[in-house]
Amino acid sequence: MAAGDPSQLLPAREQMAFTLGFHIVLVPFGVAFTFLMLVANWRGLRHGDEQALRLARRWSHVSGVLFAVGAVSGTVLSFELGLLWPGLMGRFGAAYGIPFAVEGLFFFLEAVFVAIYIYGWDRMRPWAHFWTGVPVVLSGIGGTLSVVAANAWMNQPAGFVLRNGRVVDVRPLGVIFNRAFWYEALHMLLAAYMVAGFTVAGVYAVGQLRGRRDRLHRLGLVIPLTVAAIATPLQIFVGDVAARAVYQNEPAKFAAIEMLPQTGTHVPEILGGALVNGQERFGIPIPDGASLLSGFSPNTRILGLEAIPPGLRPPDRLVTTVHLAFDAMVGIGFALLALSAWFALVAWRRRRPPENRWFLRCTAVSGVLTVVALECGWIATEVGRQPWTVVGYLLTRDAVTTSGNVWLLFTATLMLYAAVGYGTFFALRLLRRRWRAEDDRPGGGEQALDDGVPYGPSHARETAAADGQA
Amino acid sequence: MSTFAGVVLFTGVLVYAVLGGADYGAGFWDLTAGGAERGRGPRSLVDASLAPVWEANHVWLVFILVMLWTGFPVAFAAIMTTLYIPLGLAALGIVIRGSGFAFRKVMVRTSQQRVTGAAFAVSSVLTPFFLGTIAGGIASGRVPTAGHGDAVGSWLNPTSLLGGVLAVLACAFVAAVFLTAEARRRQNTDLETWFRRRSLGAAVATGAFTLVGIAVLHADSPRLFHELLSRGLPLVVVAALCGLASVTLIRRAAPRLLQALAVVAVASVVAGWGVAQYPYLLGTHLSLGEAAAPTPTLWALTVVAAAALLLVVPAMALLFVLVERGRLEGH
Repeated sequence: MAAGDPSQLLPAREQMAFTLGFHIVLVPFGVAFTFLMLVANWRGLRHGDEQALRLARRWSHVSGVLFAVGAVSGTVLSFELGLLWPGLMGRFGAAYGIPFAVEGLFFFLEAVFVAIYIYGWDRMRPWAHFWTGVPVVLSGIGGTLSVVAANAWMNQPAGFVLRNGRVVDVRPLGVIFNRAFWYEALHMLLAAYMVAGFTVAGVYAVGQLRGRRDRLHRLGLVIPLTVAAIATPLQIFVGDVAARAVYQNEPAKFAAIEMLPQTGTHVPEILGGALVNGQERFGIPIPDGASLLSGFSPNTRILGLEAIPPGLRPPDRLVTTVHLAFDAMVGIGFALLALSAWFALVAWRRRRPPENRWFLRCTAVSGVLTVVALECGWIATEVGRQPWTVVGYLLTRDAVTTSGNVWLLFTATLMLYAAVGYGTFFALRLLRRRWRAEDDRPGGGEQALDDGVPYGPSHARETAAADGQA
Repeated sequence: MSTFAGVVLFTGVLVYAVLGGADYGAGFWDLTAGGAERGRGPRSLVDASLAPVWEANHVWLVFILVMLWTGFPVAFAAIMTTLYIPLGLAALGIVIRGSGFAFRKVMVRTSQQRVTGAAFAVSSVLTPFFLGTIAGGIASGRVPTAGHGDAVGSWLNPTSLLGGVLAVLACAFVAAVFLTAEARRRQNTDLETWFRRRSLGAAVATGAFTLVGIAVLHADSPRLFHELLSRGLPLVVVAALCGLASVTLIRRAAPRLLQALAVVAVASVVAGWGVAQYPYLLGTHLSLGEAAAPTPTLWALTVVAAAALLLVVPAMALLFVLVERGRLEGH
């Protein structure tokens, strides 16, 4: 925070970061967890696998809770765009808003079909019910692409004409398909699949470590981990392409990521470290690494922070944050790649997933690590854009609101989100406890109250028959 | 073109007022249903009928926000920098309401259900109140074009309070009629009587308050009053007739007819506001044309609206049909 910044800038940024950071953890569950749910559902129907069906049904309960919290916390973000950043919305809404309008469509479809899918277990025909889940997954993908299009636009604004500070002409497709769109959107989409995959697998890994090694828990680990293990290598490829695009299109952000004070060639890749008084300290250098990665040659020239005009140069602390967040994200990415390879290799050689305790421990940790990587990725791209909100056009300090007192709103939001976070945790724990009691009961699903084997003979057919008579 | 975008935006307001309103109102009856034992029946009906639809209904609010900031960015910024207090409170209320409702479905112990249920129900009453005050602030011209208007007076004024209270009452009315119909569909006569009584009460209260409201508007927002009773008069009449009809027919009419009457009653009041305010977006100082984004943006919004008509409307219809046929139950 530089001297002369408006007083609301700090709380507004903190609030946006906090609420976005909260919401983004829920996003993978709306976008990708529903895909895992459908995989289990498909498997259950195709192979008559009751355990897979039961898993799909349980997952639909979980996604019901998470989708609700995600929907409301997402709405708060829409309010905040106006409440905190009227300078952005008032001046650029005509362009920046378009991807959000498209996203609104997908959000509609997702909300409708999520409801049909979650509440349709008992009364719909099995395959018809399965197909109502497909639009959920598709609109999840569409929604992610649209929201990220808006974010990518802030990094690489395009598709509009500015005259006297007003947007006077807009090319909607130019706004959506800006230069950062494809790599940012694919990167986030794969991240969603990784987070959902590793987190869910992690939950069942913990279950197995605690001795619940039945088929349900094995399936609960294999389905998400397979999806995550496919997404991880793709993600590393997309991430690599994205980093090079940032090198070419967003040199200021790239300088912060590489924590590079002076422009030069033969730039080493610095692992860890910090920027102190404009100089890199404490990091581990890999000679020529950054130059090689960004241009495939040690002679590749990379712009340093000095190339940014002093008034627009991010302070040391911010640069360190971006750099460390990026390093953590990449480091976790490779750790997850190793875990994926381990899983794939053993599954391929022995025709069954690894079951030793170390593998399960690593899988359990991987769930937490992907969430950390997700947050780090967002810190790298969002903090890395500062001091700009719309790169080259609008400074964050000019976008921030001057009305009211954001600290009050922020305090209220913090307390409320703490309660909501606790409530979510508590609700999910209740669900788990209920299912555990069900599993432990002899006869399992047959006597289950509201969570029996779906489409099973117990009550679905009875009600179907009753409906037929009615 | 800007008028068309304005109509699209206002259609969103209309649909949200009805569908979202019914959801909020359900929370009102949830709140007033009494102790855990006594209120069990009404609450479980509220739970069962709200669960599959509230998220889809809620998306209309996001639709409104997006249409406003994309189609009319200047007005959006002006509203946000003026009415930030009720807007912030409404945003928090939405979080409490949605998560409270979702959590209550999972909770098993009465004490836990009470906490989460109270969170849901109280915020279901407060949120529409704040949204109503926002509408009042906009309608009475208290949001300056450049924004940063009076932070308190813009929503604590006669028209806003009228808007707030009327919003809560109208929500309660629509919800009571919807739940009466729902109880009849489920052939639960006790609950049907329970909600029918409340429909009557809410209808009388809403009607009486509307009469008071007309006097308030006359004093506080003369232009709105004048337009409402000239250009908007047919809509006002329709609203009154439908309101009366829904109350008189509540014992006999088919559930679907009752719901239609309540919907038309509330929708025409809201539409009356829209018609009275046209062609202005803010008071009488910012017209739709002046506030509108460049034409290509409006075209993009038109394409989105057309896609919504083709995709979202049938999807929502499917959802409502499935709900009505009792295909979405269990759990």
